[in-house]
Amino acid sequence: MNSSVPISLSPPARKVEGHFLVNGEPHALFFAEHKTLLEVLREDMNLTGTKHGCELGECGTCAVLIDGEPQLSCLVLAQACQQRPIQTVEGMADGPVLHPLQEAFVEVGAAQCGYCTPGILLTAQALLAEKPDPSRQDIKDALAGNLCRCTGYIKIYEAIELAAARMRGESAEPTRESLYGY
Amino acid sequence: MATRSGAAGKRGGGEAQKLSVIGTARPKVDAHAKCTGQTLFADDLVLPRMLWAKLLRSPHPHARILRIDTAKARALPGVHAVITGKDLPITFGILPVSQDEEALCSGIVRFIGDPVAGIAAVDEDTATAAMDLIDVEYEPLRAIRSVEDAAENPEPQIHGYADSGNFHKLVHLEFGDLDAGFGKADLVREDLCFYEGNTHLPMEQHAAVAHASPDGKLTLWSSTQTPHYVHRALSKVLGMAPSRIRVIATPNGGGFGGKSDPFNHEMVVAKLSLVTGRPVKICLTREEVFYCHRGRHQALMKIRTGFTKDGAITAMDFESYLDGGAYGSYGVASTYYTGALQTVTYDVPVYRFRGARAFTNKPPCGPKRGHGTPQPRFAVEIQLDKAAEQLGIDPAEIRLRHLVQANTITANYLKIGSMGLGPCIEKVVEGSKWKDRFRKLPYGRGLGLACSSYITGAGLPIYWNDMPHSGVQLKCDRGGGVTVFCGSTDIGQGSDSVLAYIVAEVLGIEPVDIRVVTADTDLTPVDLGSYSSRVTLMTGQAAIQAAERVRGTITGPVAAKLDVPVDRIVFGAGRVFDANDPEKGMSFAEAVVTAESKVGTIGSVGSYTPPRSPGRYRGAGVGPSAAYSYSACVAEVEVDPETGIVRVPTIWIGHDIGQCINPALVMGQVEGSVYMGLGEALMEEMAYRENRNVVHKWPSLLEYKSPTTHEMCDVITYLIEEPDANGPFGGKEAGQGPLLPVMPAVANAIYDAVGVRIDEVPMSPPKVLKAMQAKAAGKEPRFGPKSVPRVPWPEVVYVPTPAEGGDGKAKAR
Amino acid sequence: MLRLPVFSAAFPETIEGALDLKAKHGASASYVAGGTDLYPNMKRRQQTPRFVIDLRGIPELGAIAVTPEGQLRIGAGVTLTRLIRHPVVQERWPVLAQAAASISTPILQNMGTVGGNLLLDTRCNYYDQNYEWRKAISFCMKKDGEICWVAPSSPRCWAVQSSDLAPVMVALGAMVGLRGADGERIIPASALYHDDGIQFHTKAADEILTWVEVPPLTNARAHYAKLRRRGSFDFPVLGVAAWARFAAGGMVEDARIVLGAVGSYPKLSEEAASAVRGGLLSEDRIDAAARAAGRPAKPLDNTDFTIGWRKDMVPVFVRRALASLA
Repeated sequence: MNSSVPISLSPPARKVEGHFLVNGEPHALFFAEHKTLLEVLREDMNLTGTKHGCELGECGTCAVLIDGEPQLSCLVLAQACQQRPIQTVEGMADGPVLHPLQEAFVEVGAAQCGYCTPGILLTAQALLAEKPDPSRQDIKDALAGNLCRCTGYIKIYEAIELAAARMRGESAEPTRESLYGY
Repeated sequence: MATRSGAAGKRGGGEAQKLSVIGTARPKVDAHAKCTGQTLFADDLVLPRMLWAKLLRSPHPHARILRIDTAKARALPGVHAVITGKDLPITFGILPVSQDEEALCSGIVRFIGDPVAGIAAVDEDTATAAMDLIDVEYEPLRAIRSVEDAAENPEPQIHGYADSGNFHKLVHLEFGDLDAGFGKADLVREDLCFYEGNTHLPMEQHAAVAHASPDGKLTLWSSTQTPHYVHRALSKVLGMAPSRIRVIATPNGGGFGGKSDPFNHEMVVAKLSLVTGRPVKICLTREEVFYCHRGRHQALMKIRTGFTKDGAITAMDFESYLDGGAYGSYGVASTYYTGALQTVTYDVPVYRFRGARAFTNKPPCGPKRGHGTPQPRFAVEIQLDKAAEQLGIDPAEIRLRHLVQANTITANYLKIGSMGLGPCIEKVVEGSKWKDRFRKLPYGRGLGLACSSYITGAGLPIYWNDMPHSGVQLKCDRGGGVTVFCGSTDIGQGSDSVLAYIVAEVLGIEPVDIRVVTADTDLTPVDLGSYSSRVTLMTGQAAIQAAERVRGTITGPVAAKLDVPVDRIVFGAGRVFDANDPEKGMSFAEAVVTAESKVGTIGSVGSYTPPRSPGRYRGAGVGPSAAYSYSACVAEVEVDPETGIVRVPTIWIGHDIGQCINPALVMGQVEGSVYMGLGEALMEEMAYRENRNVVHKWPSLLEYKSPTTHEMCDVITYLIEEPDANGPFGGKEAGQGPLLPVMPAVANAIYDAVGVRIDEVPMSPPKVLKAMQAKAAGKEPRFGPKSVPRVPWPEVVYVPTPAEGGDGKAKAR
Repeated sequence: MLRLPVFSAAFPETIEGALDLKAKHGASASYVAGGTDLYPNMKRRQQTPRFVIDLRGIPELGAIAVTPEGQLRIGAGVTLTRLIRHPVVQERWPVLAQAAASISTPILQNMGTVGGNLLLDTRCNYYDQNYEWRKAISFCMKKDGEICWVAPSSPRCWAVQSSDLAPVMVALGAMVGLRGADGERIIPASALYHDDGIQFHTKAADEILTWVEVPPLTNARAHYAKLRRRGSFDFPVLGVAAWARFAAGGMVEDARIVLGAVGSYPKLSEEAASAVRGGLLSEDRIDAAARAAGRPAKPLDNTDFTIGWRKDMVPVFVRRALASLA
């Protein structure tokens, strides 16, 4: 048996107390100190909206916003983000009212299987907070760290552009070509 | 207006269908849940007292298990159970002819990643620690590393049931007189090409939760595309009556064919739950997903085709050599698929197909989007490009001249219904300005054209039976709500929504007033699963039948109440009314109450079985379909001549959809198919290190390359709608067809750009550069295979073609 | 799910505090900043510290400013995003923004730090794999095994230098500051690296990389060319950092061409530099430099792409990097 035994075994995980601010709500928890933010969100706070595709930082699926900035929750120690405002997909809507990005994604069909959607929605939200009128290239650059296997990204770009226009106060509709082809 | 199912429109003018829901872009029924993080995928499920499972997997590509000692693992605090192969001795597999998988290997392990033990513990960390405490002694056996290796080494046999040595399956089919066919040719080309294996790479890793309840029943939630097949496999492996087992397919975070087999981890968590009496969850790591695989077979192909100088095909002789990996999976079907659809795009009057699938000690291959047809389609389309150049015919023109006609039967007995490839070609030719730009762009830029076709649902079920392929039940509530029950699985393609749209159309109500309940073997009638692009057509037709029956049940009592003849009753805009006097009517809810008062509880059942194909020879079951979709693609590429790096800025794609159920969903499927085709064309590879214990080269999302936003091209989509008589409202498939033409279009475009033929997929920069260097050195400007292995082909199954007066049966020659 | 092994973490607020913790825990403790290199490695059991010292709470490490002498001093804890967006960096040291923007993805750039990238673990197809995979090939020389699988008869490890900032800092002639129990050390960036896949840097285990200082680009231009499969996520299979200082009239007074991802350390190609030094940056001289840089390049099978192609690409990318300085 090789000496580099994975050391999950000894000693058992120590639990620590932590205070989190997630989607504007405080959470006081007692959790295993070596857990990532991804795990604590999903397993200790029951916020399963944040998904995971690799747990190694290679896909962007687990993106959340910390202090408004997209970060990969699979590589962030839960301990390290206490009291820092964290936003997950569950925090995008304002009560029952969806965020314009969510509405736009629904409208044009930008979520197929929906698994990459939470990470992409939050990354897009951060983009629009910084660039309310992003070019298509700006959107591609901002999403370069989010993989999607279903959509080919196109409806995602279109949904973000639609939401951005509406957030700028313009009345915007999806183009006919986007929904019906050329 | 009352609507009709099936053929509801005519080609080129004539009465179009008057539809209020079908054909309109609208959100999916599950869109809001997906966009708010509320959709529960398998790993999101938590049950009280749930345990976590891990699988210990083989580190050897081929070995005998001499001894397995789990005592130390079982003794670890927090471990509740450890099971091994002896706890699950009954084998399983998706195909009846290859039930060759064990949930946990008991004797032989056949690839790195083959599971040998299952652990259930209080948390995943403890289960992981326990993995290292299981002591397994292996005796390594010689590993079979490739098709060539299998050809040269019939021993050691990976499976005893193979057709010959380590060739799992050998197929030899001949339709018509091959020599006579080639005799008519003005040009005969023989070309070889190679298509590397690749995998589905869904963003969601496989996960399952099993719950054995104290009453002796078992529930399994699993990210699976085929709950019915998992249901059957679980019953067999656990030795439990299927009536006591419930399989619920959770929404899949992507499937693409990678979640269509019953899997080891599903069997193991079920058994662990039975043994511990507690719910047990497993979620695979990304590396384990690579080991599940069931992806595209690596295929080496040889295609010999005779052409007249007009570009008509006189005969085609096709060979495919597949690396199948360590187990059968869908592989027998995959092998036949590599020989089935060559004939459905351009006339092929005489055809021979030989296919060989080898077992090798690697993760098993199975169905990935297109299932066995992208590889041969690549071969056909790049050869046609070469032949067109030799004959001096434009690539679009050569195809347009010789398209298979609608409503005909191919040489291999595939019945073609509607055939819209012509308009697809015309659209992409026009959109890409083909005529002004093909062979005219500056060096380094090029255009390429290719076409393809795909089935809309496999004509036969996975196991032989006389039952429907899809069933739908409807329930109507007195409040006007309708519930649709169907066994289909939504893998992101929108199948739940399609049911809602279709029932809404027939009953004249809004989709939002419909609840869709799917993919639950206790609650929903059987649907065979989300594979072979069958779901819209088959569940759609079943839903139409069920909805029309309910409409019929409601019509009578309403007509009586309104005192209107039955044939004037119309369902629309949420009401049921007199066609001649629309004011005279009632709401749908009132209509349900009226009917329920008269005849009792309102409900119905609908089902669908695809038409039987005319082929009667062995192997005729693979290829037939109720309808074929068609796609045409033009790719524009930029090749950097110094590096061989290929960029694809734009793809034009025309897709013959028959009738869009929801155009927005069709657009999504077309764009997503193009994305996946682009990934295969440029960068996706399931590669192994043959000289390093046959490990997978890169089982990670970082190293297995999938296009990011930086690589994805613009897509200009043209949807051609010529309704098919067999489709629901005329609709055909969209989820797989548009992937197929992308790879050959890119290869043909590379040739237009820099004059080299890359007869391989993926067309990676080192290959392109090598071909360009060869060209510069005056050698053949090509990168591709040069030979095929020797295979012990079996006796030919000879089938006279329909044109020869054949009856679909094989004959002695 | 793939999870971290059990460990404890501390979040010191001063460098002294961090050094004390390291002294206390010794070899079983690792420093961490963004975590984008260490945590994946821990999940794969390539590194398994019992104690992690998170440096991001130390304000001194997050400072970025121009010194009175006109040098750009970047705290090792500055995130890549901050570096990319810093107006002074964009204006006066654009090559740094350009190189940093090519690293990983925008989201990972929010997390990863300059120091973390400079000390990025060397990489290899046989090493950057999960624990069970590495077990199936009996591990490798860099971790738990004896054989280097890309060069099985070699006595040394050939894991490849995969940082994008490292070749740039060497080309720019940057200096780095290290603080340990014995005080501060300042060394040229080139001296930070060592030609070995395992001992790939010269920083002592207890030392913290605290800052990197970049000279002004007075009369100089620099460019970083990165070759990889995709436009994001991927590590370099080749990186070329080119720097040249010009006299009036355009003559190259001095040049440095540094190759990343071709060996275990950022390789300064003196042959390429001499080919352009002392003359105008003409096409011919650039060509000569490109060929000179390519000759000794011997990539091994430790990254994406084939080794033959990677070698062919060296002169192409050296040429392109130099051409963009002209």
